Amino acid sequence: MRRPSERDGATWPVIVVILALIGVWYVGAILLNGPQVREQAAEDASFRDFVVQTWSMERPVLPAPHQIAAELAQSLFTHSVTSPRNLLYHAWVTVSAALAGLGIALALGLLLAVGIVHIRVLDRSLMPWVIASQTVPVLAIAPMVVVVLGNLGITGLLPKAAISGYLAFFPITVGMVKGLRAPDPLQIDLLRTYDARPWQILSLLRFPASLGFLFPSLRVAMTLALVGAIVAELPTGAQAGLGARLLAGSYYGQTIQIWAALFMAAVTSMLGLAAVSLTEALVAQRRGGRL
Amino acid sequence: MTDAALLSLEANKAAGPAPAVVAARGVSLVFEGGGHRVTALAGVDLTIAAGDFVSLIGPSGCGKTTLLRAIADLERPSSGELLVNGMTPSEARKRRSYGYVFQAPALYPWRSVVRNVMLPLEIMGVPRAERLARARHYLDLVGLREFTHKFPWQLSGGMQQRVSIARALAFEPKLLLMDEPFGALDEITRDRLNLHLHELWRRTATTVVFVTHSISEAVFLSTRIVVMSARPGRIVEIIDNDLPVSRDLGLRETPAFLAVARRVREALRAGHSYD
Amino acid sequence: MKRAPLYWATLGLIAATLARWLMSADKIGATLAAALIAVFALFRAMVGFARAEGWFARLATPVIFGLLLLWLWEMLVIGFAVPFVLLPPPSAIARAFANHLALLAQDFAQTYLHAVIAGYALGCGAGFLVALAIDRSPFLKHGLLPMGNMISAMPIVGIAPIMVMWFGFDWPSKAAVVVVMTFFPMLVNTTAGLAEAGTIETDLMRTYAASYGTTLLKLRLPAALPHIFTALKLNSTLALIGAVVAEFFGTPILGMGFRISTEAAKMNLDLVWATITVAALAGSLSFGALALLERLITFWHPSFRGSS
Repeated sequence: MRRPSERDGATWPVIVVILALIGVWYVGAILLNGPQVREQAAEDASFRDFVVQTWSMERPVLPAPHQIAAELAQSLFTHSVTSPRNLLYHAWVTVSAALAGLGIALALGLLLAVGIVHIRVLDRSLMPWVIASQTVPVLAIAPMVVVVLGNLGITGLLPKAAISGYLAFFPITVGMVKGLRAPDPLQIDLLRTYDARPWQILSLLRFPASLGFLFPSLRVAMTLALVGAIVAELPTGAQAGLGARLLAGSYYGQTIQIWAALFMAAVTSMLGLAAVSLTEALVAQRRGGRL
Repeated sequence: MTDAALLSLEANKAAGPAPAVVAARGVSLVFEGGGHRVTALAGVDLTIAAGDFVSLIGPSGCGKTTLLRAIADLERPSSGELLVNGMTPSEARKRRSYGYVFQAPALYPWRSVVRNVMLPLEIMGVPRAERLARARHYLDLVGLREFTHKFPWQLSGGMQQRVSIARALAFEPKLLLMDEPFGALDEITRDRLNLHLHELWRRTATTVVFVTHSISEAVFLSTRIVVMSARPGRIVEIIDNDLPVSRDLGLRETPAFLAVARRVREALRAGHSYD
Repeated sequence: MKRAPLYWATLGLIAATLARWLMSADKIGATLAAALIAVFALFRAMVGFARAEGWFARLATPVIFGLLLLWLWEMLVIGFAVPFVLLPPPSAIARAFANHLALLAQDFAQTYLHAVIAGYALGCGAGFLVALAIDRSPFLKHGLLPMGNMISAMPIVGIAPIMVMWFGFDWPSKAAVVVVMTFFPMLVNTTAGLAEAGTIETDLMRTYAASYGTTLLKLRLPAALPHIFTALKLNSTLALIGAVVAEFFGTPILGMGFRISTEAAKMNLDLVWATITVAALAGSLSFGALALLERLITFWHPSFRGSS
């Protein structure tokens, strides 16, 4: 009497849950938008009219899914990609800053990780701070960095990239240090019997072994970089970017706009993670499928 | 030392056929999954009387562990009749009729040794003072009195397995099911634990069903040896072990011992275990 | 323990203090000399401690490094007369701390004591209870967990303006953001933890004819604790970030996030740094307290037994 495998049929439940979620959403829209509709509605409006009204308000408390979809469609498809009316343009502004930051973080993180693994003083003096800084709300620094750099005349992508990079730096460093230290001492001993130099041990053994730790950290770093870029757009009332759209929507009470921007942000982060996973799969393929 | 086992076996012989502790008739078990059908057990007939020490021995895949798990209601037979103490295995389990010892100690690392032994007693609702007394008694019985408040990971593998045995005995079941309990231990520790288990059995007169890979272990410990073979899992031969009930390690070099071991080996060969 | 690094450290710290004092007395040459001695001595101390063993040496290296950085900051900013609106020196930040203690305390109460604590408790509690609720349904688990993982990876802070719309400008809306941020990691980790109990241990419970509830209480929940603590520690960081960043989107005249964004715009960088220090302390102390609790409760887990 064997129990069926746990992984059988994982797609069907997800679909059901998503459909259920959409259903709950519609009901929620009725409940949350109801009071306002009731205030404005005519006395003899039927229940059906009432429901339809809650799903088509201009400034709803909770927009119905189709309203958000309509807003997205209008933004993405009726305007050119380079126009500030297109959410893709804003998404690109945010993503480009995040990617730039991620790149810096990757370079610095790798460098520091190699240093920490090979130089004891660096390990003992820096590593505790790297680990401790993960418990600190680094995002709180964002406004200050933006303002200070603005004073220096540095605006636009660079301050955002700086914040994204700073956030992404820590998980990458921690993950890489763990990864570079992952090989069994037996493996290192073997290389020593071949009289291998430390840099050879690094390139032949440590670095390949660390890739399995790098990619999960990259996923976390990607998420943080995106959040950092979005938050960095808040302090100075930036004009472009997903964070700016969120802020603008909240200033002017354009609920549907907020939700559309949020949805875009969610999709962007999912795509970012997919990109990391795809890269991981490509790298893994050249190594027999698993890192 | 009371030889409860000896007395019990003699009483059995005197009283004639008693209700069997385990009665299997034509038990078959087929595993289906992933497009494969594996016949783990095919038509097993076996009767185990009270006070018996029965070893199940055979190569990998002969169904010995499956049979043990079926008795414990951890697997369900596909066909045939299996009774434990005259009830279905499910009812027997719900009445907590047996203690089970696994291949690994399976102790809970967040509980001290004594609290591990008390675990079944807690679940069965035994009052606290009695729980503690019984746990201490059985820890003493397996020779681990000084380790009462240590944690499992502070003990060696052999000691952990002894705690596991004490835990199985703590609620005093009449039936003890053991699945290669000493398989992961080195030979010297194994010999010591075999002797220990034998003396425990003699003192408590528990019925024991014992799965093992080791011929000498089976011959040393059992009153009856059930030789099984694989593909499909079935019983090849049941050998009555006529060695005296009182045994020590020196027994293993005697001609009588070696003769029984030879019979077991021949039965294994007959079941194609060495092919 | 070798004494040399300790002596070097003492020499370095004295030289550093001397250099600072000399700088405010405008004695450039002497300042430079003292500074060089300080840097050299402190480096020797760090290298010495890095080679030594024992808890004191392990603690000393990063602490000396941190002090060295702080001192360098102070010296360079004042020495090169870096504009205050760019980077205030640590001494100015300390002064701001002392001057605005009451304000900082109020901000702390608003953000941490209200938004963070309430949101954390609700979010973690809800995540835990939902994990228990879906435990018996593989269907729900397969449906909710992929979504939970996905949502954990999204910029949840973005829902702050919507929460403000629903719950008003005050701290409940920030707490709501924290609830959403902490819910999913707790759900995912608790579910993973509940799967940790081994097959043999679960079979053992079956042989005792233990009920679902008994098995849950005596086996599966204790076995799940390491994972649950992972989530609790992660959530402590997320909660603080969530509450502070949510305040960037608008809040009444109180709160750490509010303080940071408005004072940054007003160029009062010393107060901004002081607030950041409070936030950093709150974050690391919370995490540390949870790590300590974890060590006490899950002392039995291999990661604490020093097996590596």
